[in-house]
Amino acid sequence: MAKKVAPKRKSKAPRKSASKPQRPAGPKPVYDKVRLPETDQGATVFRTDPLIVKDHYEIDYIHSYAEDSPFFLGLAQGKLLGSECSACHYRFATPRAYCMRCGAATRWLDLPLEGRVHTWTTCYFGSEAFLKETPFNLALVEFDGVNTLLLARLIGATEKEIRVGMPVKARFRRLAQFKPTDVYFVPADKA
Amino acid sequence: MRPVYMISGGITKFTKAEPRKSFRVMVKEAFDYALRDCSKLTVERIDGTVVSYFSDHFTRQLKAGVMAVDMCGLVPKPTIRIEGGGATGGLCFQEAWRHVASGWMDCVVAMGFETMSHVNTWKGNEFIALASDTNFDYPVGGFYTGYYAMMVVRHMHEFGTTVEQLAKVSVKNHRNALHNKWAQHHYDITVEDVRRSPMVAYPLTILDICTMSDGAAVAILASEEVAQHVCDNPVRVLGVGMGSDAMRMADRPHDDVILLKHEDPKWYRGLKYPGVHSFRAGRTACKMAYEKAAIEDPREDLDFVELHDAYTSSEIQTYEDMGLCKYGDGGKFIDQGHPELTGRIPVNPSGGLIACGHPVGATGLMQAVFAFWQLQNNIAKHNDGDATIQVRQQKGKGRRPMRGAIHSHAGTGTYVTVSILESTLA
Ligand SMILES: [Zn+2]
Repeated sequence: MAKKVAPKRKSKAPRKSASKPQRPAGPKPVYDKVRLPETDQGATVFRTDPLIVKDHYEIDYIHSYAEDSPFFLGLAQGKLLGSECSACHYRFATPRAYCMRCGAATRWLDLPLEGRVHTWTTCYFGSEAFLKETPFNLALVEFDGVNTLLLARLIGATEKEIRVGMPVKARFRRLAQFKPTDVYFVPADKA
Repeated sequence: MRPVYMISGGITKFTKAEPRKSFRVMVKEAFDYALRDCSKLTVERIDGTVVSYFSDHFTRQLKAGVMAVDMCGLVPKPTIRIEGGGATGGLCFQEAWRHVASGWMDCVVAMGFETMSHVNTWKGNEFIALASDTNFDYPVGGFYTGYYAMMVVRHMHEFGTTVEQLAKVSVKNHRNALHNKWAQHHYDITVEDVRRSPMVAYPLTILDICTMSDGAAVAILASEEVAQHVCDNPVRVLGVGMGSDAMRMADRPHDDVILLKHEDPKWYRGLKYPGVHSFRAGRTACKMAYEKAAIEDPREDLDFVELHDAYTSSEIQTYEDMGLCKYGDGGKFIDQGHPELTGRIPVNPSGGLIACGHPVGATGLMQAVFAFWQLQNNIAKHNDGDATIQVRQQKGKGRRPMRGAIHSHAGTGTYVTVSILESTLA
């Protein structure tokens, strides 16, 4: 066996006493003082070349309806509110704080609860949030004496039955969700 | 404003999902393509960049613009991000134009991208629908195909447009794309195929709608001096125009048509405009671009158009906004074959969004690149030798194709840009 040669020491520290008992050579156990704790949290891996993993993302917003609040509060009371320009008297079926034509402030306007289908569609697919509600009908509703339209759901009629110009009536959810879908429209002859 | 030229362009092949490359590498590849195609241009000559991508939701990386720029080695030069829904790429092109036209910079790179494959299709539709009023529109069933379906139902009611006419747009654009190697889809389809494919929102089927894509595109714009120095065959940006409209299509007025120079008010007696059947922003953008480019009659003065056909219906609506035909005649226009490759004014010779794909921030720049190659008369060079989609001299026009328009469009017609490009070939 080759004789172990002690490395030359450059330090001036005194040599350890030769009388200390010899320890067998080998690794010592290590107990880290700084170490990230392991968890059982893993990754959802779709494939490895390239590496594609699932990355979850979720948010709750603190959404203020701000100047549009009376519209949503009105729906809960069975009232449909639009806007009328205080200067040029243009009437908006979808409310807005200021007139798009002249810039003046608007005031709230009670919309009629009967209108007509200006245009419509039936959605068989949709955004993920609405996919489970398909098929559903969307309609832009026109009202007598009002210059612009309102987007709403139309129920009680199928793709084959809906027509441009069809009379419709507003209905309100009994238990408000404070969403624009608190009002919806049904064919006038089925109301 | 001084003259501005497009001196090079590059794109990646648009694809459903490109998981092997991040957006910054896609932009870098498009940029390198453009640099290779304009070999006398050095990075030192570039003064700055304009970067476009639509959605922070899709990218899930804020300030992604500068990451594309640093990958291209273009920091610390000035850069800015541009966003405007579907028109993001068109707005980016025009912002780069402004950088040069104003005299502020001599050479600017417009770069755009989108990576839409990072969420499933229906989540992606949700992200896109967040580009509608989140108080009044989105919660009702936010879905852009639904919005466009409502527009075309009204167009059909006003003007008698048919679903077969819509389908013909899909057939045409897919047929053109069969000869475009860069296109995402290469489908040889018929009107019956379009009508028999799954209904998404009546009357639009899945083949009436563009798809989501991953991709990038780059357009390099320069002053006359730089263009003359580095490019043998620059393309002049003859005029740009843009327009806007209310976010909510329910708010659109029912007034009189905004007339183009060649139009007669008698054509439109009794027509309520724009309503939800026409795009006031598109008409406004065209009117401005045509005036700047001294276009008297787009039917005579333009030789091709690359327009934003996110839906077959919006291509028909846009024929009318652009004055390629009268309002209401969009359906007849395709019936008569005018927008076909060999027609009176080819529309979307590339295959458009419907066949090429629509990675939103890149799309408007993709149109610029295809128009640039058209006007350099070198489609074949960039297309494995296939020149089928190179627009030829049209009957009754005593010149070879000289001028093209690119049209980029957002939302339900919220932002629209139109840019007119002109060949400098002798
Ligand atoms: Zn007013």
